Parts: sequence; structure tokens; C-alpha cells
Amino acid sequence: MRRNSKYPFIVGFLIVPVALYAALVLWPYIQTIGYSFTDWSGESQKMNFVGFKNYTTLFSDTVFRQALWHNILLLIFLPVITILLALFFAFLLNVGGRGGTAGIHGVRGSAFYKVVFFFPQVLSVAILVVLFEAVYRSDSGGLLNGILIKLHLENADKPIEWLSDPSLVLWCILAILVWSGVGFYLVLFSAAMQSIPKEIYEAALLDGSGRGQTFFRVTMPLLWDSIQTAWVYLAIAAMDAFALVSALTPGVSYGGGPDHHSEVLSTVLMRNFLYAGKSGYACAMGVIILLLTLILSIVTLRVTRRERIEF
Amino acid sequence: MSTPTMESPAPGLPEEPVAPQQRTAAKQARFADSGRVLNVFSHGFLILWAIMIVLPLAWIVISSFKTDGQIGGSAWTWPHHWSFDVFQRAWNKGIGGFLLHTVVVMVFSVTLTMLFGAMAAYVLSRYEFPGNRFLYYLFVAGAMFPVYLALVPLFFMVKNLGMLNTYQGLILVYIAYSLPFTVFFLHSFFRTLPTAIHEAAMIDGCSHSRAFFQVMLPMAKPGLISVGIFNVLGQWNQYILPLTLMQKQTGSDHDRSVLTEGLMNLALQQGYAGDMPALFAGMTIAMIPVLVVYLSFQRQVQAGLTAGTMK
Repeated sequence: MRRNSKYPFIVGFLIVPVALYAALVLWPYIQTIGYSFTDWSGESQKMNFVGFKNYTTLFSDTVFRQALWHNILLLIFLPVITILLALFFAFLLNVGGRGGTAGIHGVRGSAFYKVVFFFPQVLSVAILVVLFEAVYRSDSGGLLNGILIKLHLENADKPIEWLSDPSLVLWCILAILVWSGVGFYLVLFSAAMQSIPKEIYEAALLDGSGRGQTFFRVTMPLLWDSIQTAWVYLAIAAMDAFALVSALTPGVSYGGGPDHHSEVLSTVLMRNFLYAGKSGYACAMGVIILLLTLILSIVTLRVTRRERIEF
Repeated sequence: MSTPTMESPAPGLPEEPVAPQQRTAAKQARFADSGRVLNVFSHGFLILWAIMIVLPLAWIVISSFKTDGQIGGSAWTWPHHWSFDVFQRAWNKGIGGFLLHTVVVMVFSVTLTMLFGAMAAYVLSRYEFPGNRFLYYLFVAGAMFPVYLALVPLFFMVKNLGMLNTYQGLILVYIAYSLPFTVFFLHSFFRTLPTAIHEAAMIDGCSHSRAFFQVMLPMAKPGLISVGIFNVLGQWNQYILPLTLMQKQTGSDHDRSVLTEGLMNLALQQGYAGDMPALFAGMTIAMIPVLVVYLSFQRQVQAGLTAGTMK
């Protein structure tokens, strides 16, 4: 009797979440793949099957190729810089303190630093945009230019146009991503470091290892799991960057300027879809991003696969 | 300076008393000596990063008291007079409405995400039935892909349902896109809960759904809080979904912009209107609730977010 009565319950509990998820998440993903083979404009339901034409067009589209290259740059630099900074800070805050009879601990005020460093993580992206628009202002009223002028590193009559300079704009965006992200990974690594038993550090101390050795021989290997997680999260963030690029950089619609020097895949996709009315083409881009994300996750998991260390 | 006193135990981790051992004391002293020089450097770096976080934010808040001319001039002028009119002006430009819209959407979307997510995760983690693994992996797969992959079909689906620029539409979409992570996280959480209490409840004649609501859900509270924080932050910061789905459809359509979107529109318009102080004041207003919530719950926020990624 009871065995049979569980099925209505299972169905009852699953039906709403599964239906919502299937209709609004899975089905659009599948449709994206379908539409990518059509010349659909998005305005009407009229569309023709065009095979791989969208895909071949994509690879001769210089804006798309530029955007792809920028995403790859972000994919390399964002995780590396963020993880290194976060690891460095986490080490200082958890193990970097002066030893004494109390054993291993962080530097003074580490609780305070953690609270401050994490704060940008909870700021909404719109706040980041307004904030950095002011920081990167191209006249002497911008914070960055103001500081450089104050330090006499820059001519007050010719301030740097951060976001309009083709060679700087992408790095300015990267800096914002790093600025806001480090705190989160610092806390993530801190939690991992604090779960490492103190005896391991004490044993390392007894064997006479210094700070550097303690970091590279003890902390890093034991943290490998969290670093891998961080890498995947940062890679996903690097594939996005839509809000910052579209709102901060110059460009007709959804930013990407000057002259496409800060273009990323998501901005190109949105411009083709909502501005140029090339929905089929935009869908093909979506599929490329999907494939990239898949490849990326598989590569990340393969490359970083190590023997799990239990403690 | 001689004895470090500030200890920072990990959130949730009990402080371990470390017995000082005579034998290790000498080694630790040497470790400490090498740290003396390093300490100056480490504090230097930490203070520098803290300034980099706080300075731009404080600068924006102070700038909201300046005049437009001052903002355009040098970055280092001090406000002439501290008047709060500017906050009134920012409020009149719609910040209050944006906040209200965001709260309306999030009250429903976060509550329902938690409810549906917990229901699905519970059934998938504790009941055997054909297709269980398949459904679980279907949910997990959704967490991997960026949302703008599905954006084109999603837009037209919501449009066909007549739900563009409606609260219901955005709420449903938020729930659907928050489900993968919520299910993934709570699935592993429900698995760790003891079965004995649940079995006892069943033997006492509890129905399946009653056992869920009155026994399992209260036991899962720590997990629910962690995911809840995740969802609140995620949906609060959502940008691309409201940008695509909450645009005014006709001139007479009601403006239902949420905070990220509204603030961003304001920022883009401000470029022409030239009321920078009001924009900065608007940002200050938007930042205050986040700051208050963050400072009061920072332990839980940090612990919750790390617990979510460590699994």
C-alpha cells in the first residue's frame, strides 16, 4: 500500500519545478540550436533552413573573431590574476601571521580585511558600472586620472582616456572583474585553508620549512580542489562580462568600442539579436559559446585532475 | 607589537586550543623571525587593497554632495556645502520605484525558488524511481551554461505568453534559472541528513508531504539559508534578464524597471542630462541596503557562499 502511494507524491512534488525548468531553460537551449540553422529575423515566424551558412559567416565575421579573441584573453588573465591575488591574500590572512606559542594564524586584523575585501562581491553590477564610469572618467575629474595627476605621473592637460583608448579598454574591464572578484575567492580559499589541520603545518615547521615552502608544498596541494572550483567559476565569468562591456565602453548598441576593441561574444550576440534583428545568426553565436563552455569545462577538469588528498 | 592578539576563527569552525610545546617553540620562533620583514610587506599589500576597495566607494558618496561643475573639474575638490537635496532629487528620478519593483519581484521569486528547488531536490535525493538520475543530471546541466545562450528563444517565448514587462514573467524566469544551482546544492544537503527521524515520522503515520514540510525542511535550515543567500544575491544582481524582458512595450506601458536596469538607464541618460551628483546619490541610496544587509549578515553570507562552492 505504502509502496504504491509514493508515486503520486513524487509526481506532485516534481511537476512544477520540472515543467518550469523544461519550458524556460531547456526548451530555449534546444531552440537556440534549431534556430541557428535558419535565417530567422526574429520579427515574424518566417524562417528558412540555411544549413551551416550562419556558422561559415561567423568565421569570416571580423567583429566576431575579435570578440572571440577578447574572450580568450579574459579566459586566460581573469582566472590567473584573480586566483593568484586571492591565494596570496588568503595565505597572509590565515597562515601569514607571526608564529608564536599560539601556532599558525593570520596577520592582525584579518577578520576586518575579509569583510572589506568581500564587499564588492555583493555590489550589484549597475553600481559597479556607475562607480567605474566615474573612476575611469577621461578628464581630470576621474579618480584614476586624479590620482595620477596628483602624483605627477600624468600631464593634467592630456589625461588618459581609459575607456576610449583601444589598447587600454579591455584591460580596464579586466581590472573591474578582478577588483570585484578577489574578495570572494579569498574567502573561498580561506575556508579551505582553515579546514587544513594545524598539525600538518606544525609538522612542516618542525621539519624546518619557511613561509614560501609552507605555501607551495603544503597549502597549494591541499587547496587544489578549491582552486579548480575557482577556475571554473572565473571562466564562466570571463565568458560573460556583458554588463560591464555593454554599459561602460563606447559603441552604437551594447558597447564594445572603440572600434570593437572591447567587444566580447555576449555583446556581439545581443547586438545582432536585439538591434540588427538577426536572430538566427545570434543563435549560431549562442551555440558556439555553448561549445566553448563545454570544451572549457572538460579541459579544466582534465588538466587540473590530481590525486585527491584526504586529510 | 610584540604579541599578536587578534584571532580570527573560521565562520562555523570551533577555535581549536593548540597546546604549546616546548620542542616546537624554537622552530616557531625562527618562522616568526622570517615573518617580521614579511609582515611589513603583507600589511602593506593588505592595506593597499583595502584602500583600493574603500576609496572609490567613499569618493562616490562624497561626490554626491558636490556640484556638477566640481565633478567635472578636479577629482580632489571637497564639497562646498553638505546638502541632502540631491538625495531627494535622486529619489524623484525613480530610485524608490526601482527598489520597490526589485523587492516585489524578489519576494516571490526567491520564496518560490526555495520552495520548488527544495521539493525537487528532496524527491530526487531521497526517493528511488525510474528516471531519477536522468532528471537530476538534467537539472545539473543547466547550471553550466550562461543565460544569454537561451536569450533569443526565451524572449519570444515570454512575448508569446504576453508576459513581457510583467512581474509574473520575470519571476517565473528567475525561478527557472535559479533552479539548477538550488537543486544541485540542496540535493547534496538532503543526502547528508539522517534518515532515522524521517523513518520514525513515517511509522507514526506521517504522509510523504507532511514529512517533508514538518520534518525534513526544518532540518535542512542551514542548507536553505546558504542557498537562499546565493539566490538573493544572484537575483538582486541579475542584469541581462530584466534588460531583455522588462522593456516598456508601448509608450503608455508601466515602467517596471528593477534596480540594476533602472540605475543603468539613469546612468546612460545622465550623460546628457548632466546631473552627476544625483546619479551618485542614487547609487548611494542603492548601496545602503546592500551595505546594511551585508554588514549584519557577513558571517552567514561568507559561510553560505563558500559552503555552496565547496561541495
